[in-house]
Amino acid sequence: MLLIECPWCGVRDQTEFHCHGEAHIARPLNPDSLSDEEWGSYVFFRNNPKGLHYERWEHSHGCRRWFNAARDTVTDHIYATYKPGAVKPEIES
Amino acid sequence: MNRYSIFSLLRNSVNYHQDWQRAWRYPDPKREYDVVIVGGGGHGLATAYYLAKECGITNVAVIEKGWIGGGNTGRNTTIVRSNYLYDESAGIYEHALKLWENLSQDLNYNVMFSPRGLLHLAHNVHDMQEIGRRGNAIRLNGIDSQFLTPAQVKEMVPFINLECRYPVMGALLQPRGGTARHDAVAWGYARAADAMGVDIIQNCEVTGFKIENNTVTGVETSRGSIGAKKVGCVVAGHCSVLADMAGFRLPIESVPLQALVSEPIKPILDCVVMSGSVHAYISQSDKGELVIGAGSDLYNSYSQRGSFDVIEETVGPVVELYPIFSRMKMLRQWGGIVDVTVDRSPILTKTPVNNMFFNCGWGTGGFKATPGSGNVFAHSVARGDMHPIAEPFSMYRFNSGALIDEGAAAAVAH
Repeated sequence: MLLIECPWCGVRDQTEFHCHGEAHIARPLNPDSLSDEEWGSYVFFRNNPKGLHYERWEHSHGCRRWFNAARDTVTDHIYATYKPGAVKPEIES
Repeated sequence: MNRYSIFSLLRNSVNYHQDWQRAWRYPDPKREYDVVIVGGGGHGLATAYYLAKECGITNVAVIEKGWIGGGNTGRNTTIVRSNYLYDESAGIYEHALKLWENLSQDLNYNVMFSPRGLLHLAHNVHDMQEIGRRGNAIRLNGIDSQFLTPAQVKEMVPFINLECRYPVMGALLQPRGGTARHDAVAWGYARAADAMGVDIIQNCEVTGFKIENNTVTGVETSRGSIGAKKVGCVVAGHCSVLADMAGFRLPIESVPLQALVSEPIKPILDCVVMSGSVHAYISQSDKGELVIGAGSDLYNSYSQRGSFDVIEETVGPVVELYPIFSRMKMLRQWGGIVDVTVDRSPILTKTPVNNMFFNCGWGTGGFKATPGSGNVFAHSVARGDMHPIAEPFSMYRFNSGALIDEGAAAAVAH
Protein backbone atom coordinates (compact mmCIF):
# COMPACT_ATOMS: atom_id res chain seq x y z
CA MET A 1 0.00 0.00 0.00
CA LEU A 2 1.49 3.31 -1.06
CA LEU A 3 1.29 6.65 0.67
CA ILE A 4 0.91 9.32 -1.97
CA GLU A 5 1.30 13.03 -1.49
CA CYS A 6 -1.46 14.92 -3.29
CA PRO A 7 -0.04 18.36 -4.16
CA TRP A 8 -3.27 19.90 -2.83
CA CYS A 9 -4.27 17.64 0.10
CA GLY A 10 -1.02 16.23 1.44
CA VAL A 11 -0.16 12.61 2.17
CA ARG A 12 -3.05 10.19 1.71
CA ASP A 13 -3.62 6.47 1.33
CA GLN A 14 -3.23 4.96 -2.14
CA THR A 15 -6.82 3.68 -2.13
CA GLU A 16 -7.98 7.29 -2.52
CA PHE A 17 -6.18 7.55 -5.87
CA HIS A 18 -6.38 6.23 -9.38
CA CYS A 19 -3.44 6.03 -11.74
CA HIS A 20 -4.00 7.10 -15.34
CA GLY A 21 -0.79 5.98 -16.98
CA GLU A 22 2.18 7.67 -18.55
CA ALA A 23 2.40 11.46 -18.15
CA HIS A 24 3.71 14.18 -20.46
CA ILE A 25 2.21 12.74 -23.63
CA ALA A 26 1.24 15.78 -25.63
CA ARG A 27 -1.86 15.53 -27.77
CA PRO A 28 -0.87 16.15 -31.40
CA LEU A 29 -1.82 19.59 -32.61
CA ASN A 30 -2.50 18.34 -36.14
CA PRO A 31 -4.61 15.18 -35.74
CA ASP A 32 -6.00 15.49 -39.29
CA SER A 33 -2.60 15.06 -40.88
CA LEU A 34 -1.26 12.22 -38.69
CA SER A 35 -0.48 8.88 -40.28
CA ASP A 36 -1.91 5.66 -38.76
CA GLU A 37 1.52 4.98 -37.31
CA GLU A 38 1.72 8.34 -35.58
CA TRP A 39 -1.86 8.22 -34.32
CA GLY A 40 -1.51 4.63 -33.02
CA SER A 41 1.75 5.56 -31.37
CA TYR A 42 0.12 8.51 -29.60
CA VAL A 43 -2.93 6.55 -28.44
CA PHE A 44 -1.58 3.11 -27.58
CA PHE A 45 2.21 2.78 -27.53
CA ARG A 46 3.89 3.44 -24.18
CA ASN A 47 7.39 3.54 -22.72
CA ASN A 48 6.50 1.19 -19.83
CA PRO A 49 9.97 1.52 -18.24
CA LYS A 50 11.43 -0.68 -15.52
CA GLY A 51 12.56 2.06 -13.15
CA LEU A 52 11.74 5.75 -13.20
CA HIS A 53 8.25 6.42 -14.56
CA TYR A 54 6.42 9.72 -14.92
CA GLU A 55 2.71 9.12 -14.56
CA ARG A 56 -0.63 10.80 -14.04
CA TRP A 57 -2.67 10.26 -10.88
CA GLU A 58 -6.09 11.44 -9.86
CA HIS A 59 -7.13 12.00 -6.25
CA SER A 60 -10.45 10.42 -7.19
CA HIS A 61 -11.76 9.84 -3.66
CA GLY A 62 -10.41 13.14 -2.37
CA CYS A 63 -10.19 16.52 -4.03
CA ARG A 64 -10.70 14.85 -7.46
CA ARG A 65 -7.87 16.85 -8.96
CA TRP A 66 -5.18 15.43 -11.20
CA PHE A 67 -1.43 15.61 -10.72
CA ASN A 68 1.76 13.95 -11.89
CA ALA A 69 4.13 11.67 -10.03
CA ALA A 70 7.65 10.41 -10.62
CA ARG A 71 7.77 6.86 -9.26
CA ASP A 72 10.15 3.94 -9.51
CA THR A 73 8.22 0.97 -10.93
CA VAL A 74 10.51 -1.56 -9.24
CA THR A 75 10.74 -0.16 -5.72
CA ASP A 76 7.50 1.90 -5.77
CA HIS A 77 9.50 4.81 -4.34
CA ILE A 78 7.77 8.07 -5.20
CA TYR A 79 10.42 10.69 -5.94
CA ALA A 80 8.06 13.59 -6.39
CA THR A 81 4.47 14.60 -7.02
CA TYR A 82 3.74 17.84 -8.81
CA LYS A 83 0.85 19.79 -10.25
CA PRO A 84 -0.14 19.47 -13.91
CA GLY A 85 1.62 22.06 -15.98
CA ALA A 86 4.61 22.12 -13.65
CA VAL A 87 7.97 21.37 -15.19
CA LYS A 88 8.86 17.67 -15.21
CA PRO A 89 11.45 17.25 -12.43
CA GLU A 90 14.79 15.80 -13.46
CA ILE A 91 15.49 12.81 -11.27
CA GLU A 92 18.58 10.68 -11.06
CA SER A 93 17.41 7.15 -10.47
CA MET B 1 14.95 -39.90 -23.63
CA ASN B 2 13.61 -42.80 -21.61
CA ARG B 3 9.86 -42.86 -21.93
CA TYR B 4 7.75 -42.70 -18.79
CA SER B 5 5.34 -45.62 -18.47
CA ILE B 6 3.96 -48.02 -15.91
CA PHE B 7 6.90 -50.31 -16.72
CA SER B 8 9.54 -47.62 -16.16
CA LEU B 9 7.83 -46.79 -12.89
CA LEU B 10 7.94 -50.45 -11.80
CA ARG B 11 11.56 -50.84 -12.94
CA ASN B 12 12.68 -47.75 -11.04
CA SER B 13 10.73 -48.59 -7.94
CA VAL B 14 12.74 -51.81 -7.69
CA ASN B 15 15.91 -49.63 -7.66
CA TYR B 16 14.52 -47.30 -5.00
CA HIS B 17 14.12 -44.58 -7.66
CA GLN B 18 17.88 -44.04 -7.83
CA ASP B 19 18.24 -44.31 -11.59
CA TRP B 20 15.74 -41.87 -13.07
CA GLN B 21 17.21 -40.06 -16.03
CA ARG B 22 17.55 -36.29 -15.76
CA ALA B 23 14.54 -34.74 -17.44
CA TRP B 24 16.64 -32.30 -19.47
CA ARG B 25 20.29 -31.38 -19.99
CA TYR B 26 22.13 -28.30 -18.75
CA PRO B 27 24.15 -27.42 -21.86
CA ASP B 28 26.50 -24.50 -22.36
CA PRO B 29 25.33 -22.16 -25.09
CA LYS B 30 26.64 -22.84 -28.60
CA ARG B 31 28.02 -20.02 -30.73
CA GLU B 32 25.03 -19.85 -32.97
CA TYR B 33 21.53 -21.24 -33.31
CA ASP B 34 18.94 -21.20 -36.07
CA VAL B 35 16.41 -19.87 -33.58
CA VAL B 36 16.92 -18.38 -30.13
CA ILE B 37 13.83 -18.20 -27.95
CA VAL B 38 14.10 -15.65 -25.16
CA GLY B 39 12.08 -16.78 -22.17
CA GLY B 40 11.81 -20.28 -20.71
CA GLY B 41 8.23 -20.19 -19.52
CA GLY B 42 5.44 -22.37 -20.84
CA HIS B 43 4.94 -20.37 -24.04
CA GLY B 44 8.66 -20.22 -24.84
CA LEU B 45 9.27 -23.90 -24.18
CA ALA B 46 6.15 -24.81 -26.17
CA THR B 47 7.46 -22.71 -29.05
CA ALA B 48 10.77 -24.58 -28.96
CA TYR B 49 8.97 -27.93 -28.77
CA TYR B 50 6.77 -27.26 -31.81
CA LEU B 51 9.72 -25.79 -33.74
CA ALA B 52 11.51 -29.09 -33.28
CA LYS B 53 8.53 -31.38 -33.66
CA GLU B 54 6.47 -29.79 -36.41
CA CYS B 55 8.85 -27.42 -38.21
CA GLY B 56 11.97 -29.58 -38.28
CA ILE B 57 14.14 -26.91 -36.66
CA THR B 58 16.09 -28.48 -33.81
CA ASN B 59 19.08 -26.14 -33.64
CA VAL B 60 17.19 -24.06 -31.10
CA ALA B 61 18.09 -22.50 -27.75
CA VAL B 62 15.69 -21.40 -25.06
CA ILE B 63 17.35 -18.72 -22.95
CA GLU B 64 15.95 -18.17 -19.48
CA LYS B 65 17.00 -15.52 -16.96
CA GLY B 66 16.12 -17.65 -13.93
CA TRP B 67 14.90 -21.21 -13.98
CA ILE B 68 12.34 -22.61 -16.39
CA GLY B 69 8.76 -22.10 -15.34
CA GLY B 70 9.88 -19.78 -12.53
CA GLY B 71 8.07 -16.73 -13.84
CA ASN B 72 4.39 -16.36 -14.52
CA THR B 73 4.13 -20.02 -15.54
CA GLY B 74 4.52 -20.81 -11.84
CA ARG B 75 2.36 -17.95 -10.62
CA ASN B 76 -0.95 -18.32 -12.44
CA THR B 77 -4.15 -19.97 -11.23
CA THR B 78 -3.88 -22.84 -13.76
CA ILE B 79 -7.24 -22.28 -15.41
CA VAL B 80 -7.83 -23.52 -18.96
CA ARG B 81 -10.80 -22.43 -21.10
CA SER B 82 -11.65 -21.13 -24.55
CA ASN B 83 -14.93 -19.26 -23.99
CA TYR B 84 -14.07 -15.99 -25.70
CA LEU B 85 -16.29 -13.58 -27.59
CA TYR B 86 -14.44 -12.83 -30.81
CA ASP B 87 -13.63 -15.19 -33.68
CA GLU B 88 -9.90 -14.40 -33.52
CA SER B 89 -9.78 -15.26 -29.81
CA ALA B 90 -11.87 -18.39 -30.31
CA GLY B 91 -9.36 -19.39 -32.99
CA ILE B 92 -6.27 -19.29 -30.82
CA TYR B 93 -7.76 -20.34 -27.47
CA GLU B 94 -9.73 -23.25 -28.95
CA HIS B 95 -6.63 -24.33 -30.87
CA ALA B 96 -4.90 -24.40 -27.49
CA LEU B 97 -7.71 -26.28 -25.77
CA LYS B 98 -7.66 -29.00 -28.45
CA LEU B 99 -3.91 -29.39 -27.90
CA TRP B 100 -4.43 -29.49 -24.10
CA GLU B 101 -6.76 -32.47 -24.51
CA ASN B 102 -3.95 -34.73 -25.79
CA LEU B 103 -0.98 -32.92 -24.30
CA SER B 104 -0.02 -35.49 -21.66
CA GLN B 105 0.11 -38.24 -24.31
CA ASP B 106 1.87 -35.98 -26.79
CA LEU B 107 4.62 -34.99 -24.33
CA ASN B 108 4.75 -38.33 -22.49
CA TYR B 109 4.43 -36.22 -19.35
CA ASN B 110 1.40 -35.94 -17.11
CA VAL B 111 0.34 -32.30 -17.18
CA MET B 112 -2.71 -33.24 -15.08
CA PHE B 113 -5.11 -31.58 -17.50
CA SER B 114 -8.47 -31.80 -15.80
CA PRO B 115 -11.47 -30.65 -17.86
CA ARG B 116 -13.64 -30.39 -14.78
CA GLY B 117 -15.98 -27.71 -16.10
CA LEU B 118 -15.78 -23.99 -15.76
CA LEU B 119 -18.58 -21.74 -14.55
CA HIS B 120 -18.80 -18.04 -15.21
CA LEU B 121 -21.35 -16.49 -12.84
CA ALA B 122 -23.67 -13.63 -13.71
CA HIS B 123 -24.67 -11.36 -10.83
CA ASN B 124 -26.73 -8.64 -12.45
CA VAL B 125 -28.68 -7.76 -15.58
CA HIS B 126 -25.58 -6.56 -17.38
CA ASP B 127 -23.78 -9.82 -16.62
CA MET B 128 -26.77 -11.78 -17.95
CA GLN B 129 -26.68 -9.81 -21.18
CA GLU B 130 -22.92 -10.27 -21.43
CA ILE B 131 -23.04 -14.05 -21.00
CA GLY B 132 -26.00 -14.18 -23.38
CA ARG B 133 -24.08 -12.43 -26.10
CA ARG B 134 -20.81 -14.22 -25.45
CA GLY B 135 -22.38 -17.64 -24.88
CA ASN B 136 -24.12 -17.53 -28.24
CA ALA B 137 -21.02 -16.21 -29.98
CA ILE B 138 -19.03 -19.11 -28.51
CA ARG B 139 -21.61 -21.62 -29.74
CA LEU B 140 -21.52 -20.11 -33.22
CA ASN B 141 -17.79 -20.81 -33.20
CA GLY B 142 -18.51 -24.48 -32.46
CA ILE B 143 -17.20 -24.32 -28.92
CA ASP B 144 -19.09 -25.86 -26.00
CA SER B 145 -21.05 -23.42 -23.91
CA GLN B 146 -24.19 -23.85 -21.83
CA PHE B 147 -26.44 -21.46 -19.96
CA LEU B 148 -27.27 -22.49 -16.42
CA THR B 149 -30.04 -21.36 -14.11
CA PRO B 150 -29.24 -20.54 -10.47
CA ALA B 151 -30.71 -23.92 -9.49
CA GLN B 152 -28.32 -25.68 -11.88
CA VAL B 153 -25.42 -23.69 -10.41
CA LYS B 154 -26.51 -24.83 -6.95
CA GLU B 155 -26.45 -28.43 -8.17
CA MET B 156 -22.81 -28.07 -9.23
CA VAL B 157 -21.73 -26.03 -6.22
CA PRO B 158 -24.13 -26.98 -3.40
CA PHE B 159 -22.59 -24.64 -0.82
CA ILE B 160 -22.83 -21.49 -2.92
CA ASN B 161 -24.86 -18.63 -1.45
CA LEU B 162 -27.21 -17.64 -4.28
CA GLU B 163 -29.09 -14.94 -2.39
CA CYS B 164 -26.35 -12.69 -1.15
CA ARG B 165 -25.01 -9.23 -1.83
CA TYR B 166 -24.00 -10.57 -5.23
CA PRO B 167 -27.03 -12.69 -6.20
CA VAL B 168 -26.37 -15.41 -8.75
CA MET B 169 -28.80 -14.88 -11.64
CA GLY B 170 -27.31 -17.41 -14.02
CA ALA B 171 -24.06 -18.76 -15.34
CA LEU B 172 -22.19 -19.79 -18.44
CA LEU B 173 -20.66 -23.25 -18.32
CA GLN B 174 -17.82 -24.53 -20.47
CA PRO B 175 -17.74 -28.27 -19.67
CA ARG B 176 -14.38 -28.76 -21.45
CA GLY B 177 -12.71 -26.02 -19.42
CA GLY B 178 -10.78 -26.82 -16.28
CA THR B 179 -7.28 -26.78 -14.90
CA ALA B 180 -3.82 -28.20 -15.56
CA ARG B 181 -0.68 -28.50 -13.45
CA HIS B 182 1.27 -25.37 -14.40
CA ASP B 183 4.76 -26.56 -13.39
CA ALA B 184 4.27 -29.84 -15.22
CA VAL B 185 3.48 -27.95 -18.42
CA ALA B 186 6.87 -26.22 -18.34
CA TRP B 187 8.68 -29.39 -17.35
CA GLY B 188 6.87 -31.55 -19.90
CA TYR B 189 7.61 -29.19 -22.78
CA ALA B 190 11.22 -28.75 -21.61
CA ARG B 191 11.83 -32.49 -21.42
CA ALA B 192 10.24 -33.21 -24.79
CA ALA B 193 12.01 -30.30 -26.51
CA ASP B 194 15.34 -31.24 -24.95
CA ALA B 195 14.94 -34.80 -26.22
CA MET B 196 14.74 -33.45 -29.77
CA GLY B 197 17.96 -31.45 -29.36
CA VAL B 198 16.76 -28.08 -28.09
CA ASP B 199 19.25 -26.48 -25.70
CA ILE B 200 17.60 -25.09 -22.58
CA ILE B 201 19.96 -22.55 -21.07
CA GLN B 202 18.98 -21.39 -17.60
CA ASN B 203 20.42 -18.59 -15.46
CA CYS B 204 21.23 -16.71 -18.62
CA GLU B 205 19.87 -13.19 -18.87
CA VAL B 206 19.51 -11.36 -22.16
CA THR B 207 21.19 -7.96 -21.88
CA GLY B 208 20.91 -6.79 -25.48
CA PHE B 209 20.46 -7.72 -29.11
CA LYS B 210 22.93 -7.70 -31.97
CA ILE B 211 21.23 -5.89 -34.79
CA GLU B 212 22.88 -5.20 -38.16
CA ASN B 213 21.11 -3.45 -41.03
CA ASN B 214 17.90 -3.61 -39.03
CA THR B 215 18.21 -7.41 -38.89
CA VAL B 216 18.81 -9.30 -35.68
CA THR B 217 21.90 -11.51 -35.73
CA GLY B 218 22.14 -12.58 -32.13
CA VAL B 219 21.60 -11.89 -28.47
CA GLU B 220 23.97 -10.58 -25.83
CA THR B 221 23.58 -12.47 -22.58
CA SER B 222 25.08 -12.73 -19.13
CA ARG B 223 26.83 -15.86 -20.47
CA GLY B 224 28.24 -14.20 -23.55
CA SER B 225 27.17 -13.48 -27.06
CA ILE B 226 24.99 -16.01 -28.88
CA GLY B 227 24.39 -15.83 -32.61
CA ALA B 228 20.89 -16.37 -33.96
CA LYS B 229 19.37 -16.43 -37.42
CA LYS B 230 15.99 -15.70 -35.86
CA VAL B 231 14.94 -14.53 -32.40
CA GLY B 232 11.58 -15.12 -30.76
CA CYS B 233 10.89 -13.16 -27.58
CA VAL B 234 8.36 -14.94 -25.42
CA VAL B 235 8.53 -13.18 -22.09
CA ALA B 236 5.84 -12.16 -19.66
CA GLY B 237 6.33 -9.10 -17.51
CA HIS B 238 9.36 -7.80 -19.38
CA CYS B 239 8.43 -7.54 -23.05
CA SER B 240 8.67 -3.74 -23.02
CA VAL B 241 12.17 -4.01 -21.54
CA LEU B 242 13.24 -6.36 -24.35
CA ALA B 243 11.57 -4.20 -27.00
CA ASP B 244 13.44 -1.22 -25.59
CA MET B 245 16.72 -3.10 -26.09
CA ALA B 246 15.73 -3.70 -29.69
CA GLY B 247 14.82 -0.06 -30.20
CA PHE B 248 11.02 0.00 -30.48
CA ARG B 249 8.01 0.37 -28.22
CA LEU B 250 5.02 -1.90 -27.60
CA PRO B 251 1.40 -0.98 -26.84
CA ILE B 252 1.77 -2.54 -23.41
CA GLU B 253 1.77 -1.60 -19.75
CA SER B 254 2.98 -3.94 -17.02
CA VAL B 255 0.99 -4.33 -13.81
CA PRO B 256 1.00 -6.74 -10.85
CA LEU B 257 -1.62 -9.47 -10.70
CA GLN B 258 -2.13 -11.37 -7.46
CA ALA B 259 -3.30 -14.80 -6.42
CA LEU B 260 -3.53 -16.71 -3.18
CA VAL B 261 -4.03 -20.28 -1.98
CA SER B 262 -5.54 -21.65 1.19
CA GLU B 263 -4.56 -24.49 3.44
CA PRO B 264 -5.43 -27.85 1.82
CA ILE B 265 -8.84 -29.31 2.61
CA LYS B 266 -10.80 -32.36 1.50
CA PRO B 267 -12.34 -32.21 -1.99
CA ILE B 268 -15.29 -29.85 -1.95
CA LEU B 269 -15.20 -27.86 -5.20
CA ASP B 270 -14.97 -29.98 -8.34
CA CYS B 271 -15.22 -27.24 -10.96
CA VAL B 272 -13.76 -23.81 -11.61
CA VAL B 273 -15.99 -20.87 -10.68
CA MET B 274 -15.27 -17.45 -12.13
CA SER B 275 -17.06 -14.33 -11.19
CA GLY B 276 -15.99 -11.41 -13.29
CA SER B 277 -18.06 -8.58 -11.91
CA VAL B 278 -17.00 -9.17 -8.30
CA HIS B 279 -13.36 -9.92 -9.09
CA ALA B 280 -13.18 -13.45 -7.73
CA TYR B 281 -12.35 -16.75 -9.23
CA ILE B 282 -11.78 -19.95 -7.39
CA SER B 283 -10.93 -23.59 -7.89
CA GLN B 284 -9.52 -26.40 -5.80
CA SER B 285 -6.17 -27.93 -6.67
CA ASP B 286 -5.63 -31.67 -6.57
CA LYS B 287 -3.60 -31.07 -3.40
CA GLY B 288 -6.76 -29.65 -1.84
CA GLU B 289 -5.84 -25.99 -1.69
CA LEU B 290 -8.35 -23.41 -2.77
CA VAL B 291 -6.74 -21.38 -5.54
CA ILE B 292 -8.07 -17.83 -5.68
CA GLY B 293 -7.29 -15.33 -8.39
CA ALA B 294 -7.37 -11.67 -7.46
CA GLY B 295 -7.45 -8.54 -9.54
CA SER B 296 -4.59 -6.49 -10.88
CA ASP B 297 -3.24 -3.24 -9.52
CA LEU B 298 -4.05 -0.36 -11.80
CA TYR B 299 -0.63 1.23 -12.01
CA ASN B 300 2.56 0.21 -13.80
CA SER B 301 4.86 -1.92 -11.72
CA TYR B 302 7.69 -4.42 -11.97
CA SER B 303 7.78 -4.98 -8.22
CA GLN B 304 6.15 -8.46 -8.29
CA ARG B 305 3.93 -7.53 -5.39
CA GLY B 306 0.46 -6.09 -5.33
CA SER B 307 -1.62 -3.99 -2.98
CA PHE B 308 -3.42 -5.37 0.05
CA ASP B 309 -6.68 -3.68 -0.89
CA VAL B 310 -6.82 -5.80 -4.06
CA ILE B 311 -6.67 -8.96 -1.93
CA GLU B 312 -9.41 -7.60 0.31
CA GLU B 313 -11.61 -6.83 -2.69
CA THR B 314 -11.25 -10.42 -3.84
CA VAL B 315 -11.59 -12.24 -0.54
CA GLY B 316 -14.70 -10.23 0.43
CA PRO B 317 -16.86 -11.55 -2.44
CA VAL B 318 -15.42 -15.06 -2.04
CA VAL B 319 -16.61 -15.15 1.57
CA GLU B 320 -19.96 -13.64 0.57
CA LEU B 321 -20.54 -16.22 -2.17
CA TYR B 322 -19.08 -19.16 -0.22
CA PRO B 323 -19.67 -18.56 3.51
CA ILE B 324 -18.33 -22.06 4.16
CA PHE B 325 -14.83 -20.76 3.32
CA SER B 326 -14.99 -17.85 5.76
CA ARG B 327 -12.65 -19.45 8.29
CA MET B 328 -10.15 -20.83 5.81
CA LYS B 329 -6.56 -19.81 6.39
CA MET B 330 -4.65 -18.50 3.40
CA LEU B 331 -1.21 -20.07 3.18
CA ARG B 332 0.43 -18.14 0.37
CA GLN B 333 -0.17 -14.96 -1.54
CA TRP B 334 1.95 -13.65 -4.39
CA GLY B 335 2.06 -11.31 -7.33
CA GLY B 336 3.35 -11.62 -10.86
CA ILE B 337 3.88 -8.93 -13.45
CA VAL B 338 1.52 -9.17 -16.41
CA ASP B 339 1.89 -7.30 -19.69
CA VAL B 340 -1.48 -5.83 -20.53
CA THR B 341 -2.63 -4.50 -23.88
CA VAL B 342 -5.46 -2.03 -24.24
CA ASP B 343 -7.75 -4.56 -25.96
CA ARG B 344 -6.84 -7.38 -23.54
CA SER B 345 -5.71 -9.58 -26.42
CA PRO B 346 -2.17 -10.86 -26.84
CA ILE B 347 0.46 -9.79 -29.33
CA LEU B 348 2.01 -12.35 -31.68
CA THR B 349 3.87 -10.36 -34.22
CA LYS B 350 6.67 -9.53 -36.56
CA THR B 351 8.51 -6.46 -35.34
CA PRO B 352 10.28 -3.44 -36.84
CA VAL B 353 13.49 -5.53 -36.62
CA ASN B 354 13.84 -8.23 -39.29
CA ASN B 355 13.88 -11.86 -38.11
CA MET B 356 12.77 -10.80 -34.65
CA PHE B 357 9.36 -11.95 -33.45
CA PHE B 358 7.44 -11.20 -30.27
CA ASN B 359 4.86 -13.33 -28.47
CA CYS B 360 3.71 -11.30 -25.49
CA GLY B 361 0.96 -9.22 -23.97
CA TRP B 362 -1.02 -12.19 -22.68
CA GLY B 363 -2.04 -10.02 -19.77
CA THR B 364 -3.97 -11.66 -16.99
CA GLY B 365 -4.74 -14.93 -18.79
CA GLY B 366 -1.95 -16.50 -20.82
CA PHE B 367 -1.59 -19.89 -19.18
CA LYS B 368 -4.64 -21.39 -20.88
CA ALA B 369 -3.20 -20.57 -24.30
CA THR B 370 0.23 -22.12 -23.72
CA PRO B 371 0.06 -25.00 -26.25
CA GLY B 372 -1.77 -23.02 -28.95
CA SER B 373 0.40 -19.96 -28.53
CA GLY B 374 3.60 -21.98 -28.75
CA ASN B 375 2.27 -23.94 -31.71
CA VAL B 376 1.25 -21.04 -33.94
CA PHE B 377 4.25 -18.94 -32.88
CA ALA B 378 6.63 -21.77 -33.80
CA HIS B 379 5.10 -22.01 -37.26
CA SER B 380 5.26 -18.22 -37.62
CA VAL B 381 8.94 -18.06 -36.67
CA ALA B 382 9.79 -21.03 -38.90
CA ARG B 383 8.00 -19.57 -41.95
CA GLY B 384 9.05 -16.00 -41.28
CA ASP B 385 5.42 -15.09 -41.74
CA MET B 386 2.61 -15.18 -39.23
CA HIS B 387 0.44 -18.31 -38.94
CA PRO B 388 -3.20 -17.55 -39.96
CA ILE B 389 -4.39 -18.01 -36.35
CA ALA B 390 -1.70 -15.59 -35.10
CA GLU B 391 -2.08 -13.06 -37.90
CA PRO B 392 -4.84 -10.91 -36.30
CA PHE B 393 -2.73 -10.48 -33.14
CA SER B 394 -0.08 -8.31 -34.81
CA MET B 395 1.26 -5.32 -32.88
CA TYR B 396 0.32 -3.22 -35.90
CA ARG B 397 -3.38 -3.67 -35.18
CA PHE B 398 -2.93 -0.73 -32.83
CA ASN B 399 -2.09 1.37 -35.86
CA SER B 400 -4.76 0.01 -38.20
CA GLY B 401 -7.46 0.05 -35.52
CA ALA B 402 -8.36 -3.65 -35.94
CA LEU B 403 -8.40 -4.28 -32.21
CA ILE B 404 -9.67 -7.52 -30.71
CA ASP B 405 -11.51 -5.93 -27.84
CA GLU B 406 -11.85 -8.95 -25.61
CA GLY B 407 -13.57 -8.10 -22.34
CA ALA B 408 -13.66 -11.81 -21.58
CA ALA B 409 -9.88 -12.08 -21.58
CA ALA B 410 -9.78 -12.39 -17.83
CA ALA B 411 -12.30 -13.17 -15.17
CA VAL B 412 -11.51 -9.83 -13.60
CA ALA B 413 -13.38 -6.73 -14.61
CA HIS B 414 -11.30 -4.16 -16.41
